[in-house]
Parts: sequence; C-alpha cells; structure tokens
Amino acid sequence: MQPKPTALKMLDVFSVLALAVATYLALVFAPTELVMGDVQRVFYFHIGTAWVGLLGFIIAAGSGIVYLVTKDMKWDRFEVAAVEVSIMFFLITIVLGSIWARPAWNTWWTWDPRLTTAAVTELIYIAYFMLRQGMDDPEKRARFGAVYTLLGGVSAPITFMVIRLFRSIHPVVIGAANANQEKMSMTGDMRVAFFFALFAFTVIFIDLIWHRIRLGSLEEKVEQLKLKVSM
Amino acid sequence: MFLETTPDTSGYMVAGYAIAFAVMGIYVASMYIRNRNLRQDIEALEAMQEERSATKK
Repeated sequence: MQPKPTALKMLDVFSVLALAVATYLALVFAPTELVMGDVQRVFYFHIGTAWVGLLGFIIAAGSGIVYLVTKDMKWDRFEVAAVEVSIMFFLITIVLGSIWARPAWNTWWTWDPRLTTAAVTELIYIAYFMLRQGMDDPEKRARFGAVYTLLGGVSAPITFMVIRLFRSIHPVVIGAANANQEKMSMTGDMRVAFFFALFAFTVIFIDLIWHRIRLGSLEEKVEQLKLKVSM
Repeated sequence: MFLETTPDTSGYMVAGYAIAFAVMGIYVASMYIRNRNLRQDIEALEAMQEERSATKK
C-alpha cells in the first residue's frame, strides 16, 4: 500500500483553500445582483461545477479511447475516476440550477432543452456504473466502459451547445446569444468571483480524481487477492 | 412595471450553498470510508493467503 504522495497532500490543502476563497468571493466580494437578489450568487458554483462536470465526461471519453488502443487498465481507472467525480459535480450543477430557477422562472423545473439534456447526461453516467457492476470480468468491464463513455461523451458537447442551437430560456454565459436569448452580463467584481470559481473547481476536480484513481488501484488489488485466495 | 427594490432571495442562496457543500462532503466521506474498507479487506485477504501457504507447507 503506497503512502499518500506529498504533492497530493499539498493539493488537498490547496483545494480546501481555493474552495474557501471561491466561497468568500461568491458570497461576500461579488455585488448583489439587482433584479434577482442573492440567489444569483449560486451562479458562481453552478458554472464552476458544470465546467468540471462536462470536462470530466469528455476526459472519460478520451480515456476510453486510450484504453481501447493500449488495453492498459490504468486508463480504465482514470475513466472511472473522471465519471464518478463528474457525476457528483454535475448533480450539484443541476440542483443549483433548479434552486435558481424557482425565484427566476417561478418553477423548480421545466423541460427546457438545456435542462433536459443535462438531466439525460447525468442519467447516462449513473447508468454507466449500474451496468459496470453487472460485469465480473475486469477486461470485459473495461472494454464496455470505454465504448460506453465514448458514446456517452457526445452528450457533453450537446448539453453545452443546445442553448445556442435551439430556443431556450436558459441564459447564455459564455459566447454570443442569439436574438431570442438572454445574455448574462457581469460587473468586474462578478467576473473575479466567476473566474476564480472556475479555477477553484478545476483544482478540486484534479484533487478528487487523483484520490479516486488511488481508490481504483486498491479495488483492483482486492479483486486480485480475492482471485488468488479462491484458487 | 419596474421592480423598486431587490427581492429577498437569500433563503434560496443559503439552501443552494448548503446542498452544494453537503454533496461534496458526502462524496469525500464516501471516498474515505471506501478507502478504509478496502485497506481492511487487503489486510484480511493477505492474512488468509499467508495462512493458506503456511498450511500447504
């Protein structure tokens, strides 16, 4: 059992500090939005978690491709880590979006294209773990996971692009909005909180993935030992 | 019709941040518990393996 590397210990501390600063910037430093009030502050964590959530699903697809080419199990562990951490972050994105929607749209949920694709993406990756659990052979499981994340990875860019391709009530934060859409504008202090939240969640994402990969190595060791003992 | 005052939506903000921290906290705790359990499993399985090899000799 390998001890925790110093770099990971340092990353743990840095992640906690980054989260604390991001929270301070979002809750105290950024000004109150005049039309929506304090609920607008959930936007900083909503976007931060959405960024790493979708990034993780794309990284998982990339790991799947590398696994299929190399057949090296470390890429399967990386893929599992990326999917699991992203599911957690994307769940936060969806819940925060729903909480923001209640005072802004007067409803907790609506089947808008963005909300629908986000919910479908989350369900695709929850199903990924349910299906993997049904497979005992590690190689078959890894091969299935690689193909699944490769196909499932398409849902991430669709979720990002859908508000730009279809008519949607969801505001556009990054890039230009079309004539029917609301473009979210930010003051200088809001931009500081926004970009720091993106940075902080990226750091936390890397930290959690590293921990999850180590956990995957332990899981693999237990599987191998169980096989040896049963023989 | 224009809004004269900013609406008080702080309750939603508090709920949002409470849920975000709760989800992250639960995930980190689950990772810690899984790690601890796997290490215990490894210790037990290694002990079983040693026992087996000792009885074979």
